[in-house]
Amino acid sequence: MKSNGLLAALVRFAESGNFREENFTLPPAEKARLDTDTPENRWLASAQHSEKPVSVRFAAWFSKKGMEVFDTLYRIISVFICCTLIGVLLSVVAFLPPFGSAGNPTVNEVVERYVSRAIDETGTTNAVAGMISAYRGFDTLGEAHVLFVAACSVIVLLRVDADARKKGRFIDLEHPGEDMDYEPNSDLVLRKAAKLLVPLAFIFGLYVILNGTSSPGGGFSGGALMGSGLILTSVAFGFRRTERFFGDEMYHLVKTACLTAYALLMAYFIYMGANGFDDHVWLGIPGTILSGGLILPINIAVGFEVACTMYCFYALFRKGGL
Amino acid sequence: MAEHLRGLFINYYETAAVILFGIGFTTLLMHRNLLKKIIGFNFMDSGIYLYLAAKGYIAGRLAPIVAEGRTDPARYINPIPTGLVLTGIVVSVSVTAFLLALTCRLYDRFHTLDMDEITRLARKERV
Amino acid sequence: MTSFDAILLTFLIVCAISVSITRNLLASIIIYMSFSLIMSVIWLTLQAPDLAITEAAVGAGVTSLLFFATLKKIHVIRAEDKNGNGEGRGDEK
Repeated sequence: MKSNGLLAALVRFAESGNFREENFTLPPAEKARLDTDTPENRWLASAQHSEKPVSVRFAAWFSKKGMEVFDTLYRIISVFICCTLIGVLLSVVAFLPPFGSAGNPTVNEVVERYVSRAIDETGTTNAVAGMISAYRGFDTLGEAHVLFVAACSVIVLLRVDADARKKGRFIDLEHPGEDMDYEPNSDLVLRKAAKLLVPLAFIFGLYVILNGTSSPGGGFSGGALMGSGLILTSVAFGFRRTERFFGDEMYHLVKTACLTAYALLMAYFIYMGANGFDDHVWLGIPGTILSGGLILPINIAVGFEVACTMYCFYALFRKGGL
Repeated sequence: MAEHLRGLFINYYETAAVILFGIGFTTLLMHRNLLKKIIGFNFMDSGIYLYLAAKGYIAGRLAPIVAEGRTDPARYINPIPTGLVLTGIVVSVSVTAFLLALTCRLYDRFHTLDMDEITRLARKERV
Repeated sequence: MTSFDAILLTFLIVCAISVSITRNLLASIIIYMSFSLIMSVIWLTLQAPDLAITEAAVGAGVTSLLFFATLKKIHVIRAEDKNGNGEGRGDEK
């Protein structure tokens, strides 16, 4: 049985209404008379059969065999579409400007401006960090909102009631089928390795966040690293020990505080004429941790928010709540 | 034709990106399993990111991190695609999480991951 | 075109194709994980270290973990099966 939305609609159309086979059957008495095998009746039956219009016979056949036919047809059409798509795209790629050339039309005056003035205007030596959080700061604000909305919708979809969770919580360890709260006894290797790796993950995440203005990284990368550290803690030491320092309240506190701080910083950008590149904020010394003016607090806020969101995703998938 | 092939060979990163996009699209269309469809979706994402980053790369230049105070633009690659792709990666992980949550709910309801089976059961339920 | 780039890109496409043809969901997710790691090396060769860090943490880490959590949630991965009849290894149903 192979179908997709369009096919389902077609089959529904065929199965509904007047196209059903039983709409063309005769009343029982008539049928019994016709079933007796006389030449006249045979002629009648054949006539009656041929009386059915082609569309009706097609519909009857279609409701029986339609799925199989569409299965084949769907496969053929999708292979055809995919081949056409790849062919068209490849033929476009063949005539693009050569890879790696400096004369590429994407390298224009915007790039020159971003690279050459980033140090003076934003105080960052990492042009990418300066670009995504100062020049295109609102883009990044929208990205943070996408993350926030995704976390909200995952909470809506997967959250389990607190009462229901309490009832089944940490009891049924013998039946991993009901494994929302089931935690396997975490083994020794995992716990020892986690003891070594979790502090490293947190420190590296913080390092990436704080040095986001002067070296590769920034809020999102560092936040994802710290979120991975939280997830590793939860995997190795269990939910209960993680909840001791990062539970529901902590999550809401950190996330709300970080998002509010981020929104206020961007509001300052709007208030100052939508660019924030004036002399009101001390830009710091380029190349050190204290550089980039408002970009450092933005990175910190974004980093903690992303870390919370990543752990929130994992916790919701694993046990239906934080 | 020869010119086509030569162009494809010169733009090999873009070629790989386009092929990756095609493979992802094929996986999305041909597989009935929802998880496979989501992985195909992620492949399409990766193809687009690879294409963008390849367009920003300039041979022989460095990552746009100003060192030793040298702000000469001819020393660094194009930072714009990097920023765009950075945004895209984070958006794609949130979209993936959302799709997986939807998949979990569908499994709770219909106890299968097969797209056709889900369509059939949903239709039966409605009728 | 260096041979290193060629090898990485070939690996990328081989990974993508093998996800499509493998029947085992667990295996396909592990292949997706290795795909992300190769992708992060490619970001390094394209001089985008920001992307390399993000992809290694997000693509290979968090996304794959979410896939694993989903598999666990829908009982495709199970604890060791008593009868050993092959359930619980993540085969497609």
